[in-house]
Amino acid sequence: MSDVHLALGGASFDGLVKITELPGQGMVTLRGDLADKTIVQAVQHAFGVALPGVRETAFDGENGALWMSPDEALLLCPYAEAEDRVSALTGHLQGAHALAVNVSDARSVFELKGRMLREVIAKLAPVDMSPDAFGPGMVRRTRMAQVAAAFWMDDASTARVVCFRSVAGYMFDILSNAAEEASAVNYFVR
Amino acid sequence: MLLLTCPYCGVDAEETELHAGGEAHLKRFGPGASDEDFTAYLFHRENPKGVHFERWRHANGCGKWFHAARCTNTLEVFGTYKAQTTEPPKDLLDTIRAKRPGFRWRDLA
Ligand SMILES: [Zn+2]
Repeated sequence: MSDVHLALGGASFDGLVKITELPGQGMVTLRGDLADKTIVQAVQHAFGVALPGVRETAFDGENGALWMSPDEALLLCPYAEAEDRVSALTGHLQGAHALAVNVSDARSVFELKGRMLREVIAKLAPVDMSPDAFGPGMVRRTRMAQVAAAFWMDDASTARVVCFRSVAGYMFDILSNAAEEASAVNYFVR
Repeated sequence: MLLLTCPYCGVDAEETELHAGGEAHLKRFGPGASDEDFTAYLFHRENPKGVHFERWRHANGCGKWFHAARCTNTLEVFGTYKAQTTEPPKDLLDTIRAKRPGFRWRDLA
């Protein structure tokens, strides 16, 4: 196993929320019909979670599955296990029209921690971040400022943001900018 | 601002999440086609003031192509529907007929 080389070396920023580049998140992209029984069972066997419904997440500890489209899921696991999980998943996928790839080093993941995270995300993405519209258990694939991104909330004050590794620097900068102390709008916190 | 509901992920996608894909339901004419058909397939497009059928892609989202029926004059959106079809669904056409009596778009009316 090789060492994890983070795009930004684990950069962090403390403002309206605490932003941290997470060390080594295992990520496996699965393409295939998510309604296919073979595929559902393969994910259950290899990752221990049931495939989530439309725009939903499923978690069991460090393992997780995020709904990306009707034929794409992003599967999460410990970084060091990603390669083995792909092998196991591919084995279980025999006979199904599907493809699984380890994308852990092709993506960067940022954790947002703090009660202002809804506001920080809302400044960057065209998404209704009110508690009635978005909350834990849901995932949203969208853009943040000018780059593609996906995010989900682990709990009321924790969110994770995924982007392509090549734009990690840009993502960290816009998140930090949106989280500047002096820029609070207090729209969602009353 | 244009909001289209993606029929695949259900998101009310704002225009900046979308990519416009031109006219909907073009029939492809390729090798063996007449010059007239090939020319029309390549170049001849509807440019209505009113009801229009278009292709859009949820580019900054689930990534899927879909169809939208809307009014180019008022920007009213009549509905969206999946890409795996060669014509608009009947209930959507009924909706448009009720809202825009006498509309014509290619072979649709
Ligand atoms: Zn979509």
